Amino acid sequence: MKRYGEVTALDGLDLDVPGGTVLGLLGPNGAGKTTAVSILTTLTRPDAGTAMVAGVDVLADPRGVRARIGLSGQYAAVDEHLTATENLEMIGCLYGMSRRDARRRGLELLDQFRLMEAADRPLKTFSGGMRRRIDLAGALVADPPVLFLDEPTTGLDPRSRGELWEAIRDRVQRGTTVLLTTQYLEEADQLADEIVVIDHGHAIAKGTSEELKRRVGGEHLDVHVNGADDARRTESIMNKVATGPMRVHHDEGEVSAPVANGVEALSIVLRELEEQRIAIVDIGLRRPTLDDVFMELTGHEASAEASQ
Amino acid sequence: MSMLRDAATIARRNMIRIRRVPDVMVFVVVQPLMFVLLFAYVFGGSIDIPGGSYREFLIAGIFAQTVVFGATFTGSGLAEDMQKGLINRFRSLPMSRSAVVAGRTVSDVVYNALSIIVMSLAGLAVGWRIRGSILDAVVAYALLLFFSYAFSWVMACVGLLVPTPEVVNNATFVILFPMTFIANTFVPSESLPGALKTIAEWNPVSTLTHAVRVRFGNLPAQTPEPTAWPLQNAMLYSLIWAVVLIMVFAPIATRLYQRAGSR
Repeated sequence: MKRYGEVTALDGLDLDVPGGTVLGLLGPNGAGKTTAVSILTTLTRPDAGTAMVAGVDVLADPRGVRARIGLSGQYAAVDEHLTATENLEMIGCLYGMSRRDARRRGLELLDQFRLMEAADRPLKTFSGGMRRRIDLAGALVADPPVLFLDEPTTGLDPRSRGELWEAIRDRVQRGTTVLLTTQYLEEADQLADEIVVIDHGHAIAKGTSEELKRRVGGEHLDVHVNGADDARRTESIMNKVATGPMRVHHDEGEVSAPVANGVEALSIVLRELEEQRIAIVDIGLRRPTLDDVFMELTGHEASAEASQ
Repeated sequence: MSMLRDAATIARRNMIRIRRVPDVMVFVVVQPLMFVLLFAYVFGGSIDIPGGSYREFLIAGIFAQTVVFGATFTGSGLAEDMQKGLINRFRSLPMSRSAVVAGRTVSDVVYNALSIIVMSLAGLAVGWRIRGSILDAVVAYALLLFFSYAFSWVMACVGLLVPTPEVVNNATFVILFPMTFIANTFVPSESLPGALKTIAEWNPVSTLTHAVRVRFGNLPAQTPEPTAWPLQNAMLYSLIWAVVLIMVFAPIATRLYQRAGSR
């Protein structure tokens, strides 16, 4: 059992991650995700509050915490002039392993992550996705019981993202406890046992991804029309099928609503739009995003700097 | 003990980079080589040193200038590590808090040693000779490396304070150039006008140059006895500077490292 206690620097964020599970910290940029990770990984001292990681007090024994965690950050913190093997060997040595052990363990991880082609070439020559995986491997060299992943896939293409997810799932199966921060609902959905949604340093919702999605609605219907007038009329049509607060941008002619049954709602709205002779620029169904979660939970959109 | 081990790991990593990063190679090998050849052939004939050869006089100055500039590597290297997020990675590892900066300063001594070897060979090729004893020469080389090591700690602080490696190079350029030129590196300090002469006499780069020049036996025969205390005690004065720089800047650099990147 691991306890992440109250951290007042984040305005009273309380996290509790049972051993061997994944907690997803979901929120827009500037919500306090990275601050939370910085405090828990001893990079930043909180102004008040306590935190225990792997049974060790972050403030009383930061070095003890560091020996038990692995951190993989938003920006791949690997030395691009070194090869993958050299990077992992260096990190292993800094965890206190012997050079030979660090090297052997590094090669093992490269093999596991199917990164052997990077073993003897400087990382500069490889893609961002590959570097992220090597960064993740760096966090795993010493087999730490607790893993912190700060936005591990931000900016990656879908394929690299999928590969990284696979690598993370693999670790969790081996019993590693993970705290994951992300801006993507889908990512939290894919990886996390429990999700905490944060905004301005507060937790605003907690639950499994199923619970959250039930609150947010299964699907979203987006309609794009010409001008504010049409948008207003579209809004009143969509009101009939919406299961929660809608997002409307009159000037852009955009209306978005959570709906219970996507196909049914789509056909109802289409029919009505046609009857009222409103020209459709675009219409479509999609899975809920972080913006939708925020709309549902707070009634306002994720703060301006937040939406990507 | 773990501090030495961690510093060695960091130094080893920096040594690998010397083979892979062309900029480093240019700065460490090509530029010092170029300086020796340029000064020897461009100014070599036009500057007259009473009772000696300018090329002989020059080498100690180029050595001193190069090791001082070489210290900027510590700064730009740390700034780069910070920018790339490597410092955060290091700070999350159970390693010694001073090892990252210490390892960097150590690997930079190796860089500087390499530069000095290159310059010595180039010097020998253009007619420079060590006229003193071997022991004196060893002392001269050791002083150069120790001074540059000390100066690396100053640059480490700069590197940990600025946002990008380019800033280190730009900011230090405007300080290091006057520092290495208002000195007896390339011309005898006696030839400088009034205030500049006094600055040059108290400039540690001058005393470093003078001490090295004397140990190499490269001081022209007709050079007047220096009147300023620092130059009379060049070796001691340079050593005092080096020790004070380490004592002041090493703790500051370690502190800056601990707080670095926690933005």
